[in-house]
Amino acid sequence: MLTLKDATVRFGDRAALDAVDLEVAEHETVCVLGPSGSGKSTLLRAVAGLQALDGGRVLLGGADQAGVPVHRREVGLMFQDHQLFPQRDVGGNVAFGLRMHGVGRAEQGARVAELLDLVGLPGAGRRAVASLSGGEQQRVALARALAPRPRLLMLDEPLGQLDRGLRERLVVELRQLFGRLGTTVLAVTHDQGEAFALADRVVVMRDGRIAQAGTPLEVWQRPASEFVARFLGFDNVVPATVGGAAADTVWGKIPVPEGSARGEGQILVRPAGVLLGAPEDGLVCTVEARTFRGSHVAVLLRPAEGPLLEAECALRDAPDEGDEVGVTFAATEVVVLPDERR
Amino acid sequence: MAVPVAFFAVFFAWPVVSIVERGLRTDDGAWRFGRFGETLSRPEILDVLWFTLWQALASTALTLLIALPGAYVFARLDFPGKGLLRAVVTVPFVMPTVMVGTAFLALVGRGGLLDELWAVRLDTTVWAILLAHVFFNYAVVVRTVGGLWAQLDPRQEEAARVLGASRWTAWRTVTLPALTPAVAAAALMVFLFTAGSFAVVQILGGPAYSTLETEIYRQTVDRFDLTTAAVLTLVQFVAVGAVLAVHARTVRRRESALKLIAPEQTAHRPRGAGQWTLFGAVLLSVALLILLPLGVLVERSFATSDGYGLAYYRALRSVDPSGTFLVPLADTIGNSLRYALVATALALGIGGLAAAALTRRAGRLVRGFDSLLMLPLGVSAVTVGFGFLITLDEPPLDLRASWILVPLAQALVGVPFVVRTMLPVLRAVDERLREAAAVLGASPLRAWREVDLPLVRRALLIAAGFAFAVSLGEFGATVFIARPDNPTLPVAVARLLGRPGELNYGQAMALSTILMVVCAVSLLLLERLRTDRTSGEF
Repeated sequence: MLTLKDATVRFGDRAALDAVDLEVAEHETVCVLGPSGSGKSTLLRAVAGLQALDGGRVLLGGADQAGVPVHRREVGLMFQDHQLFPQRDVGGNVAFGLRMHGVGRAEQGARVAELLDLVGLPGAGRRAVASLSGGEQQRVALARALAPRPRLLMLDEPLGQLDRGLRERLVVELRQLFGRLGTTVLAVTHDQGEAFALADRVVVMRDGRIAQAGTPLEVWQRPASEFVARFLGFDNVVPATVGGAAADTVWGKIPVPEGSARGEGQILVRPAGVLLGAPEDGLVCTVEARTFRGSHVAVLLRPAEGPLLEAECALRDAPDEGDEVGVTFAATEVVVLPDERR
Repeated sequence: MAVPVAFFAVFFAWPVVSIVERGLRTDDGAWRFGRFGETLSRPEILDVLWFTLWQALASTALTLLIALPGAYVFARLDFPGKGLLRAVVTVPFVMPTVMVGTAFLALVGRGGLLDELWAVRLDTTVWAILLAHVFFNYAVVVRTVGGLWAQLDPRQEEAARVLGASRWTAWRTVTLPALTPAVAAAALMVFLFTAGSFAVVQILGGPAYSTLETEIYRQTVDRFDLTTAAVLTLVQFVAVGAVLAVHARTVRRRESALKLIAPEQTAHRPRGAGQWTLFGAVLLSVALLILLPLGVLVERSFATSDGYGLAYYRALRSVDPSGTFLVPLADTIGNSLRYALVATALALGIGGLAAAALTRRAGRLVRGFDSLLMLPLGVSAVTVGFGFLITLDEPPLDLRASWILVPLAQALVGVPFVVRTMLPVLRAVDERLREAAAVLGASPLRAWREVDLPLVRRALLIAAGFAFAVSLGEFGATVFIARPDNPTLPVAVARLLGRPGELNYGQAMALSTILMVVCAVSLLLLERLRTDRTSGEF
C-alpha cells in the first residue's frame, strides 16, 4: 500500500528523515515509535505531502506521489492536537472531507451519522467543537479522518494528550475498529505501550533512521541495539565478551542463551532475569531504592563495580533499602546486543 | 506582495520623492543639501520643531494619564452599558480630525460654550490642542492597553500574592511588566498621531502655534517655499521612521508568550471605595472630555440666532451665493460617501494582499515592510497630496482630472489600519488547520475559503469599517486634490470655518454633526461584530 524508498528530508544540516525505507501492507497497522525529534512526525508529513522530500520516493498503491498535491493523495491524517475546525460543529467537521470530494448532501448526512455511531458519539452532530472533552475531540477527529475513506489513515500521537485510563480503553477500541474496517494505518507515538497495543508491526526510529522493525513481540524480546533496549526502558546494559554459554562482564560471568554470537559486544539483562538471593550466593549488591509497581516491586541495586542494576521481584520477597543481596542471572532473560561502539 | 509594493511605490514614494526633489534640486540638476543647514538654523523653524516635539510629548503624557485608568476600568470592571460606552469613546478616533477641531472650537473657542458661560477661551492657547489630542487618542490607549489587560490571567497576580507579594507589589512585578509593551506601543502611536496632527492644530492653534505639518502646509501653499517644505518633510520622515522602528520592536516583544484568557473571565463589578472612586473618575473624564465636545457640537448646529432650529441644515441644501462652493453642501455628503467607499475597497484589496503576504512569510525584510506600511500615517499628508498634484498630472499617469485621485490618497491612510487589524488575526490561524483541510481533500484556494475566510470575516469587516472612517475623515491630502465642484465633507467644513459669518459657522457645525452621526453609526455596527480576541491593534 505505502512504500518509502530512501525518503530523506533535511532541515538545514540535520536530516529529519535519513534514507528511510518502509513498507506498509494493505490492512496492516504499523506504529512508528521513537523519542521526540526522531523524525516520526516528519515521516507522516512527508507521506501526506505536507513536507517535500529532499530525496527518495513515496509510493501509494504503487504510484509515485512526487508532484501530487496534498489534497489529491487520498490519505487521512489525524493531527496530534486534532485541529478540529473551530467555526464548524461536530457534523460540519466530519462532513468536511466528504464535501471536498463532492459527495451529495443526503449521503453526507448518512455517512456522518454512521461515523459518529462508529466512534461512540451518536447524535453529536450539532454540538460545538469547543464543548467537547479531550476524548470526544479525539473521536471526532478520528471520524473526520475516516469519513472520506482514505486509502491510508495516519495518526500522529493519537492518544498523546489523554489521561491514562481513557488512553488504554481507546487503544483497544481503535484496534478493534481498524480490524473491523480493514483500514491501513500508519501511526506514530513516543509511548511504547500504545505502540505495542495498537500495532501489527512496530518501527523504532532514531535520528531520522529506522533502528529496528518487527512485530511488537520481536522488538520487545530481542531489541536490536542498546538504543532500542534503553528506549524500551531496559537499563541493565553492560559491555561484555561473549564466549560459549557465558559472557564476561563487570558484573561477573553472566549466562547467555544458546547460539549467541561470540565476541565483544553488549548484553542486556531484563529485570525479570535478575534473581536475588543471599549475599554469599552471587554478585554482592546493596539495595539503593525500591519502587512499588503494583504487580511487582522494582529494586535498584548497586554492585561493587559497574552500572546500577534493576531487578523485579514479588512484594513479599523484596529486600529493604540498604540490605545486601547476592545477584544471579537467568539466561532466558539475557539478550546479546551488537556492539554499537564499533 | 507585488501589488501592495507597487501601490506604495507609485502613490506614496513617488509623490513624496518628487516633491522633495523639486524642493532640493535646482533647475540645472544640482542638489542643494546646503539648504538643510540654512533652513534648520532659522529661528522660526526651530520654534516649529520644538513646539511639534513638546506638544506631542505633552499630549502623549496627558493622554496616558487620563486614559490608563480608563483602560483599567474597561478591562477589569463590569458594568451595564460597557459595550456602548466603549463604542462612544472610540467615536472620536474615527472622527475626522477636522471635526475634532470643530468640536473643541464649539466648546472652548470664540462664542463657544465656555466663552458664553464664563468668558473662558482656550482656542488660542495650547490647552485646546492638548485636550483635543486627548479626546482623539483616548481610544487608542483604552483599546491597545485595555484589550491586553482584559486578557491577562488574574491568577498570575494571585500566584504572586500567595508567594508573599502585597497587592501593589504583585501588580508592579507581574501585571505591569506584561502591560509595558502595550503601553509603549500605545504611547508611540499617540505620539505619532499628535506629532503629525494637522487639522486640529490648523483650526485650534491659530497663527500662534504651528507644528511641522501645518508649517509644511503654510510653506507650500501660502509661500510656495518648496525648499523649506522639502527639508521639513525629510525631517519628519526621519523622525517618523525612528518612531516606527521603535514601535515595531515593542510590538514584536508584545507578541511574546503571555498567557491570555477570555476577557469575560477577568471582569467583575466594582467593589470597595477605591474601585468605585476610580470608576466614577473615569466616567467623569469621559463625560467631560468626550461627551461634552460631541454634545456641544450637536447643540451648536441647531442654535441659530433666533432660537433652536434646522436653519443651518436647510441652508446646506442651497447653493452658496458667495461662490466658494459650486454645489449645494448637502451634495458633499454623497461625494464623501462615494469616495470613502471606493477608498475602502482599494484599502481592503491592497491591505488584504499585504497582510496575507506578511502572514505567509516571516523574515527581516518582510517585517520591515510591515512597519513601512505605517509610514503614511505619520508622514505629511500635505506632502502626499501636493505630491499627487505634481506627479500624477502627466503621462504615463495623468489622473489630475480623474475623481479616482481622492480615493487613492484616502486609501493610503486606510491600508495601515487594514493591515494592523488583519495581521494578528491571520497570524493566529493555525497553519495546521489549513493542512488538515488539505489532507481532507481541499485545494489551497478551497482551504483558504473554508478555513481562513470564516475565521477572518469579522476582522475583515472591522478593517473595512476603520478604513471607511479614516477615508471619510482624511483631510491633509484631500484638501489639495479635491476639486472645487465636489469637495468632501471635511474639506467643506474647513473652508466654512475659514470664513466669517454666523451662517458659515452654523453650517460647519451642521455638516460636522452629520459626519459624526455617520461615523458613530458605522462604529456601533462594528462594535456589535467585535470581540476583543479578534481585534487587531485598533
